[in-house]
Amino acid sequence: MPVAASALRLERPRSLKQALAMLAGDPGLLPIAGCTDVYVGLHFGTEPGRRFIDLWDLDELRGISVKGDVLRIGALTTYTEIIESTIVQKRAPMLVAASTEVGGAQIQNRGTLGGNVANASPAGDTLPVLAAANARIVLRSNTATRTLAFESYYTGYRKSLRKPDELIAAIEIPRIDGTQWWRKVGTRRAQAISKIMIAGVRGRDVRVAFGSVAPTVVLAKHASAVLSGGGTIADAQEALRQDIAPIDDVRSTGEYRAKVAANLLAEFWDKTS
Amino acid sequence: MKLTVNGKSRTVNAHPMKRLLDVLREDCGLTGTKEGCGEGECGACTVLIDGVAVDSCIVPAAHAEGRRVITIEGAAATKTGKALQNAFVVHGGAQCGICTPGMILAAAPLKTGASLDEIKTALAGNLCRCTGYPAIFRSVRSALKSKGGARARRR
Amino acid sequence: MARAVGANVRRKDGDAKVTGAAKYIDDLSFPGMLYGATVRSTIPRGSIAARHVSLPPGFIVADHRDIPGPNYVALIDPDQPCLAVDQIRHVAEPILLVAHADRHALIDVHKRVTIEERPAEPNYDPEKSDICFKKISIDKGEIDLGFRISDLVIDGEYRTAHQEQLYIETNGVIAVPGDGEMTVYGSLQCPYYVHKALVVLLNLPADRVRVVQTETGGGFGGKEEYPSMLACHAAILARKAKRPVKMIYDRVEDLLATTKRHPSIVRHRTGVSRDGRLVAMDVDVIMDGGAYATLSAVVLSRGVIHAAGPYRCDHVRIRGRAMMTHTPPNGAFRGFGAPQTQFAIECHMDRIAGELGIDPVRLREINALRPGDTTATGQKLGKDASALPVLRDAVKRSRFNQKRKQLKGTNRGIGLSLFFHGSGFTGGGEVKLASKASLELTARGAKILVASTEIGQGTRTMHAQIVADALGVPFDAIDVHDADTAFVPDSGPTVASRTCMIVGKLLERCARDMKQRLGRMTPAQYFKKHGSFTITSQYEPPPGLQWSDETYAGDAYGSYAWGCNVVELEVDPVTFEVTPINVTAVAEIGKAIHPMMAIGQIEGGTAQGIGYALTEEVVMKDGRMANAQLTNYIIPTPMDAAPMDIGIMERPYPHGPFGAKGVGEMPIDGPAPAVVNALRHCGFDIRSIPATPERIMKAPFDSPARSRVLAQDRPRR
Repeated sequence: MPVAASALRLERPRSLKQALAMLAGDPGLLPIAGCTDVYVGLHFGTEPGRRFIDLWDLDELRGISVKGDVLRIGALTTYTEIIESTIVQKRAPMLVAASTEVGGAQIQNRGTLGGNVANASPAGDTLPVLAAANARIVLRSNTATRTLAFESYYTGYRKSLRKPDELIAAIEIPRIDGTQWWRKVGTRRAQAISKIMIAGVRGRDVRVAFGSVAPTVVLAKHASAVLSGGGTIADAQEALRQDIAPIDDVRSTGEYRAKVAANLLAEFWDKTS
Repeated sequence: MKLTVNGKSRTVNAHPMKRLLDVLREDCGLTGTKEGCGEGECGACTVLIDGVAVDSCIVPAAHAEGRRVITIEGAAATKTGKALQNAFVVHGGAQCGICTPGMILAAAPLKTGASLDEIKTALAGNLCRCTGYPAIFRSVRSALKSKGGARARRR
Repeated sequence: MARAVGANVRRKDGDAKVTGAAKYIDDLSFPGMLYGATVRSTIPRGSIAARHVSLPPGFIVADHRDIPGPNYVALIDPDQPCLAVDQIRHVAEPILLVAHADRHALIDVHKRVTIEERPAEPNYDPEKSDICFKKISIDKGEIDLGFRISDLVIDGEYRTAHQEQLYIETNGVIAVPGDGEMTVYGSLQCPYYVHKALVVLLNLPADRVRVVQTETGGGFGGKEEYPSMLACHAAILARKAKRPVKMIYDRVEDLLATTKRHPSIVRHRTGVSRDGRLVAMDVDVIMDGGAYATLSAVVLSRGVIHAAGPYRCDHVRIRGRAMMTHTPPNGAFRGFGAPQTQFAIECHMDRIAGELGIDPVRLREINALRPGDTTATGQKLGKDASALPVLRDAVKRSRFNQKRKQLKGTNRGIGLSLFFHGSGFTGGGEVKLASKASLELTARGAKILVASTEIGQGTRTMHAQIVADALGVPFDAIDVHDADTAFVPDSGPTVASRTCMIVGKLLERCARDMKQRLGRMTPAQYFKKHGSFTITSQYEPPPGLQWSDETYAGDAYGSYAWGCNVVELEVDPVTFEVTPINVTAVAEIGKAIHPMMAIGQIEGGTAQGIGYALTEEVVMKDGRMANAQLTNYIIPTPMDAAPMDIGIMERPYPHGPFGAKGVGEMPIDGPAPAVVNALRHCGFDIRSIPATPERIMKAPFDSPARSRVLAQDRPRR
């Protein structure tokens, strides 16, 4: 690859505690797990980092469990583990659906939910799901644990509230009230960066989120409010225009994304009624 | 670092961030695993780590340490692997052959009697430009046909 | 003894490929080997003001001054520099070469080697270009008369774009220097093309240059001419360093710098009679050649010869020109001009059908070339002309007529295309090539010595089948030598669907001659008694073949294969994504030497044609491919694989080995227009490909289908 391995440095902590201590001492270390994004970045020269801390063996960051009403997914849970988990299949089938459309088997076997959140791409496949599910991100540092609402986790393009000495420990998904919906529109049916994605929950309230239509994942607050308030789908599609800012890129056009976003919203509404 | 490749224990002097693909091809001299893109997109570099298919061009050597890696050179050691190899020859799954090692290893975890959908899902991360895929599906189906083995678990 | 021809014998190279034993170029190493890299232009047009090289010791740097012979890559026109001197004509034009023993030392080379470039205004529009690589005119009958006697005139304009060959193994070579000699190993289709380029560039005698093809991971035309450039680069470095030099392109460089399919603009003006006959066909073809001529003249040639489609028409005028633009030079890709022009005629036929109110099958039945008819170049077709049989078979298999009615007004459509493809080089091309094939007696049978390359399509196996049967020995008794110019004669390039029909025929003749000479002895007996001997056969044109390059008239090809595609697809009303539901491909190919491998060519070519139609887009921004990553150049994955129904028909061509014609390229000629015609059927008017969802969303519709497909609540069938 275009970066010589010899130019890179990898710290390999033996425990989460050691990892957090390392990060506290050197917040410039970049955490890596499944590496499905990092190595691509190194290959294309878009990843400027050269010092890394390896989380892959930290089993404390794995595991899927339910406590009361909350589904807790360890940050190092792979897409394959999500797909095969009967717990997630039952409680968050839209997360399973999103996971099956990430890359192909090889990527699913290595990519992690925590990595998808940390990579902070506007096209992250699970992010609209987490937004629609009103998920929470559990962050840990050497000194503290804090839990943040996913809805406000990102502050800008590839920027989040995570501090450099913090690790994503887990993603919590509260009980989802309503019918779940997911659809990804990619350039093809596998190994595709999305052109646009929708995740939705239709219950007493409606939460709809989109991916690839703004610098970050978007919880479509205006459109959701219209639908929660009993408005028409046409009014919701109109309101959606305030929520998203789709652009042209090498995969698609802003015009297509805008039009299809409106179509996807209508389809969600139609199929969950 | 120590790892097991195709059933043999190996000690290699490789940087932990070196791509597993390069460790296999250079340090182990096993050139059967191919680089088609370097970006985890084509699957030509697929190997098994502890039975699980991964793109070795985006796996650091560190993550193979202490693990069992199977490359195409070791595929014949299992019945499924051997059956896949022969089927790819006989049923046209291999034309130019460059995607074939990755394709065979991606198919290797499939169970006897796997459906076409299951095969497509297992191979979704492997690109082929020669066959258009039907002959690959025929090859895998033929290899996984059984005369009374365990049926594939359906999801 | 079981015959090999017509049987699915075990592929010669299969076991090596499935065990990882097959050696591709990057699997090879030589002692003392260096790695090479290329420094390229970053602007589409301009001049080189200065080169700044500040590299520590251990690096070898080479530029045009290190070229002993003339500075061009010998192919057809001597216009493409091997290394740019002071002019830049496209992005990624090679300027400097660098080598080092450590591959990783080359990573930051671009930071220490900089080229001062002075930009000039580029032109990307072939219609505005003032450099024409080639012009071709084809005339039949009297076009003006034809229009006068037509009842209706229908115009249409159709556009195709770049397509990338996307072999899964990128381009790569290793140059190994010797004393006054050079050997190049590489992933390539045409060892003697590379040989010729090296002889010229290095100013070496022919017997001091050797080219060896290594196992090649796909070519599709993308390794027809480009490897000559790469081989020259590696040889320049190897010569300077006096050490072997390996150059392997990574995927990004391969996408940015190597050849693509020529984009085209094709305009039809067609006069028809009210009862559906084609009376006058006026076709204008423009090919975008990119910055240098490379193979544009020949792509244009094949394109214009196929531009009138597989149809009879008394009055035809075809004008074609290949124009220069400031983009990376375009080159060979399966089909080689015919996919572009047959896309246009087949889309146009459905337009005509619509205007006349005639069923698209019926329109083609009326006009399809039959045995005894003459083509646009005046070639009289033989008994093996099979347009109608393939059409009828495809229509029947796919239930086209029933589905055409059933699907009307739904979000599914069904469309078809009829096409043909000439095998071998055009006109006098094969005579000029004067290809040779040799067969050497061995202790157990015979060894094939040809320059034809195995690139996945089954060359080794297919040639061995022909020889085995012609010689009367088992398939396993035939060996195939590597395509190594030190050992094999020049059999011509592995292109133009000629490897079976032309070179296979030469081998058949060698084998029959050998059999005669053996008399009653087996090879083993003869070998034991007399030792080995070698028979060489050289191309002779079939009797009566006449062609004129001046008038572009006569027998363009010895034979044509014939094909018909039917595509049934579904358009998603929410996302405008297209899903192929079924693709029917019927091909008449003379004789299927290895039926499974022939099906492999049809399925593979069809899949590439579907990609050409729907998803494969080269996004050009300022003369540069903006989506030069495998994640962004979209070929089908297994999840996208279109279900296919393949039919093979055989109408033997008397001058092909066991009656075989060519099969490699034709399958890619038909899918794109069949897809577009299916889209037309379900209400979308597409005139250019790829027909991405973004374009389908904006395509003008034939009302009233438009409102039906757009409605959100329309039920799907």
